[in-house]
Amino acid sequence: MEISRRDFFKYSGATLAALMAADLGFDTTPAKAQANELKIKFARATPSICPYCSVGCGILVHARDGKVINTEGDSDHPINHGSLCSKGAAVFEVAHNPRRLTRPLYRAPGGDRWEEKDWDWVLDRIATNVKKTRDAGFIESEKGLPVNRAENIACLGGAALDNEECYLLYKEMRSLGIVYLEHQARV
Amino acid sequence: MDPRFTRTSSQADLYAPLRPGTDIAFIGGLINYALENNLYFRDYVVNYTNAAFLVDEGYSFHDGLFDGYDPQTKKYDGKSWKYAMGLDEKPLKDPTLTHPRTVFRLLKKHYSRYTVEKVCAITGTSKEVYLEVAKAYCATGRPDKSGTIMYAMGATQHTVGSQNVRSYAILQLLLGNIGVPGGGVNALRGESNVQGSTDMGLLFDQAPGYMALPPAAPEYANLKGYLDKETPKAGFWTNKPKFFVSFLKAMYGEAATPGNQFGYAYLPKRDPKKNYSYISLFEDMYDGQIRGAFFFGQNSAISGPNSNKENSALDKLEWVVISDLWETETAAFWKRPGAKPAEIATEVFLLPAAASFEKEGSITNSGRWIQWRWKAVNPPGEARSDLWILHNLHRRIRARYAASHATKDQPLLNLSWQYGLGEEPDIEAIAREISGYDTRTGQQLTTFLNLADDGTTVGGNWILGGMYPPEGNKAKSRNTADKGGIGSYLGWAFAWPANRRILYNRSSADLHGKPWSNDKKVIWWDPVAGDPLKNEHGKWVGLDVPDFKPTVSPSDAGGSNPFIMRPEGVAGLFSKLNEGPFPEHYEPFESPTANSLSTVNLNPVVKIFKSPMNERGDAEKFPIVVTTFRLSEHMQGGGMTRNLPWLAELMPELFVEISPTLAKARGIIPGQDVVVASARGEVKAKALVTNRWKPLMINGKEVEQIGLPWHFGFMGIATGDVANKLTPHVGDGNTLIPEYKAFLCNIRGVK
Amino acid sequence: MAAVKSTAVATKPKAIYVDTSKCTGCRGCEVACKQWNSLPADPQPFAGSYQTKRDFAPNTYTFVRMNEVATSDGEVRWLFRKSQCMHCTDAACVEVCPKNAIHHTDYGTVYRDADKCIGCGYCVNNCTFGITKLDEVAHKATKCNFCLDRVEAGLEPACAKTCSTGAIQFGDREQMLKLAHQRLAALKPGFPEARIYGEQELGGTGFIYLLTDRPEKFGLPENPVVPWTVKIWQHVVRPAGEVMLGGTVLALLAAALLGAGKTGKVDKAARTGSGTGSNEGGATDAKS
Repeated sequence: MEISRRDFFKYSGATLAALMAADLGFDTTPAKAQANELKIKFARATPSICPYCSVGCGILVHARDGKVINTEGDSDHPINHGSLCSKGAAVFEVAHNPRRLTRPLYRAPGGDRWEEKDWDWVLDRIATNVKKTRDAGFIESEKGLPVNRAENIACLGGAALDNEECYLLYKEMRSLGIVYLEHQARV
Repeated sequence: MDPRFTRTSSQADLYAPLRPGTDIAFIGGLINYALENNLYFRDYVVNYTNAAFLVDEGYSFHDGLFDGYDPQTKKYDGKSWKYAMGLDEKPLKDPTLTHPRTVFRLLKKHYSRYTVEKVCAITGTSKEVYLEVAKAYCATGRPDKSGTIMYAMGATQHTVGSQNVRSYAILQLLLGNIGVPGGGVNALRGESNVQGSTDMGLLFDQAPGYMALPPAAPEYANLKGYLDKETPKAGFWTNKPKFFVSFLKAMYGEAATPGNQFGYAYLPKRDPKKNYSYISLFEDMYDGQIRGAFFFGQNSAISGPNSNKENSALDKLEWVVISDLWETETAAFWKRPGAKPAEIATEVFLLPAAASFEKEGSITNSGRWIQWRWKAVNPPGEARSDLWILHNLHRRIRARYAASHATKDQPLLNLSWQYGLGEEPDIEAIAREISGYDTRTGQQLTTFLNLADDGTTVGGNWILGGMYPPEGNKAKSRNTADKGGIGSYLGWAFAWPANRRILYNRSSADLHGKPWSNDKKVIWWDPVAGDPLKNEHGKWVGLDVPDFKPTVSPSDAGGSNPFIMRPEGVAGLFSKLNEGPFPEHYEPFESPTANSLSTVNLNPVVKIFKSPMNERGDAEKFPIVVTTFRLSEHMQGGGMTRNLPWLAELMPELFVEISPTLAKARGIIPGQDVVVASARGEVKAKALVTNRWKPLMINGKEVEQIGLPWHFGFMGIATGDVANKLTPHVGDGNTLIPEYKAFLCNIRGVK
Repeated sequence: MAAVKSTAVATKPKAIYVDTSKCTGCRGCEVACKQWNSLPADPQPFAGSYQTKRDFAPNTYTFVRMNEVATSDGEVRWLFRKSQCMHCTDAACVEVCPKNAIHHTDYGTVYRDADKCIGCGYCVNNCTFGITKLDEVAHKATKCNFCLDRVEAGLEPACAKTCSTGAIQFGDREQMLKLAHQRLAALKPGFPEARIYGEQELGGTGFIYLLTDRPEKFGLPENPVVPWTVKIWQHVVRPAGEVMLGGTVLALLAAALLGAGKTGKVDKAARTGSGTGSNEGGATDAKS
């Protein structure tokens, strides 16, 4: 370990200045540890399951005044007994993250930027597109048999969704005749 | 066993390296070792597998091909991959396992070629290490021992992925390791609910609960035809009509009547000549056939193979809808490096979705536990749950068709959607519909055994039947008791099917219903249990829900047939997949060597996409074997991790792991930028030079191997090139899962 | 559901036992520490290995050192050790702190009271392991506080709670030592160099390690000592000074004696991994 003489003086000089600015001297009274109040003391804990891999570890989400203030492993959970890997331990940053999307966004054909839109506008426009595309390519029957499929729309995803969401997705997409229905399980 | 020396390997008692794409050779050698050294669990094998069954005379195997192969169609007819039948129409058996046509003898013959020398030449594993593995693992063939095989995408993402997993199953069955605590073939699935999404049938040819979406074929013209084709003559699947009709009732509600075959005609019928799975989907999108697409929390621009091609495919869409928490690379495909937004005419909708703790619902883990997540806080801003998005989108689409009387619109207009009139769908109503109820009384069913094929029951997904009985939603159960200490936790959440935790647990007990070993007991036959008033004389009891009819005694017909989902009641050592009844080693699509077990290099049933932007590389130009992998700090396409500062801090950018010998040969300095090139593309990465990688001797020749993580992309905090620019559009012979894990590349340093 | 389990707090000495034979380097502890202590990320570029962090920082109280070691038979071992303040009994930082901002708790751990800290840097300069860092913006010394707020509430420290392999365990020091000795007996045949670190070192530390190899393979000094300057200060200058000299004179002496030695910044040798491991700042991921 080396330190230059100049650094030494600079450093200890700064130290001395700090000491003098404080109260010129040493505190010789004994100290007693006093930690801050536990931040989750008055928080509401909601049991959740980790959104990352498929082990299914329990997470407690501590919230106060509608905001997440802490996340940690659920000690009662029989799989993880309170433990979490780096991903599960980081879930707090999903709650507090300026990169999260908070408005529906739209990029027009040939456009070079996103435009913020409201839900009414995007849902209406998507519904219009779906109908137009479906109606243009729908195959109602083949060789006299009803086949009711739309081969010009694809739907991907589901592994990041809840079961109830996957179920609605299945019903909704099949009712449109979608056969290009795939998700992460294939890749 | 892993091509990579991972952080997990660092704590292993024994680590065996192997070349990517050689699992069948590795496991085939273990099968051979267990058989040659009589280490298999004979009583289990004779009684609980089809080892004793005699195989049809037509079955043969010669030089890498089974009988019935047509090189024109690249398909097997599979006509003789069946049992030899006696005059009583029942399979012939030889419990002594000596008849040369028993499954056992054919299996033994097949794997006798997988000698230690041969296997080690293919895999590159040292003979010494391999024998240590063989000795340690095959020792679990004893009744009082169990061994487990855990695998992830390193096993499945190959042109022989399905057969890789089957080879594990064969080994486990020979060692009696299925249905016992600490046993099994366990898929460590990648995403929090990829088990649930698969259960729900989100694959092109699936209906919920592992039933088929009908093809547009004459024999499937009506419901009866479907049920005739899809219902086996024996085994638990004989109940399929109840499950399928209850599913149709869930789809079409009151519009599903006996008179219209419960709305069977409304279901889309897929073209049986077409495969609509992931790779084909993107091939067809690239060709312009697909005009619009939805992505719900899937970042395909990163996770799909041959990323350059798949991104170009997105350019050709008229519209795309992405629901996600983040602006992913899939959402931002139109501004990816090198793209010209002005030339991309796709309309892009990016919908802000809620995170797991900002909504409620259930997810299913790798162990089939369905666990409820409660809502802790509201989503930020205008973000909404995918449930809300799907519900409101459906209502708007449906409203546009409200006035239609066209037959083509009836599947949509007759879809049952009874989830309340509010903007927020009633999630409990959805959960109740999935689990099942009686349409006459509205009463929730307690089990899928109550489902009926006459339209009196609704059951959205039979395997989840009984999850929501009259007393409430069992996914919310949080009882931490572990009866018997084997980790069943029957009061915690709900496991499908019927809350069973260990599948096929009847096989943990012997023919007489007594556990093979006291410390491996799960269920057993108790002759004095049961209610005599209900005519129950004895019952299966124990530490788990029996995966067996509880009142069928060991001496009853079928009482010692643990594998209830199979018509034979026993497990299939000999069983049909597209490539044949036994897993056989073939080289990956791109390989540094010829197959030394036969003259057939590539899995003979693999589909080759001879399409633009999908070149195949050869070992001369691309001499290095490469495998892609995941990091514990990042998740899949990276949206959920590369946007989090704490995780970006731990793994900030793309790197490639290479051996010191390769670094020396290419003049690569640790930490410098390198370019990894395959026949499909190039990626830039930082060099991580490490002794954890070393060249392997493959069939007498030294081969370098490298590995690179594939999470990275151009959005987020932790960024890097997309590793999947390198991977090919080629997939498994059965599932078409892409071969991400073994292909060829070259590497060079850049100044 | 109860938010927090509250149990009566016993004031027996506590310790965290880190079993390096169980650590897989997942770094859950690093993130859990940042989460509980509200520490922002401290972005680092890729530095040639999985170990991105090379040193402690005001926003980094703990990190996992990863060290690849070639064995004599040509194989490789990958050693992981979570590192953080050792919570020494003979704690130089406690001795040199002019404001009593650093002191031993009833649990035997070393607590840094941010309110009292004036950022003089003596603790930074004199830490045996080079762990404490100076936040030059807030002008405070920073280090692991053993999650005292959690411990007082009957909870485990965040790192111990999150560890999924059981490599980090929290409990009474006596009990932790017992576990360590049991584990050592089991590992010794396969790991002849295995040892316990922290039982005797510096009067006993609040973090007790089960190392599967020699300490330097894990970036730890074989024989950690309190710097001689601190000893002179502790035993000679300060006792005398408090009696005979005014605060200002004492402060001047302190600056001369305790300001020397180490800086809060990492020296070049430690950065490049060529350091010999005389302190914690050195020998990370070195190919030794």
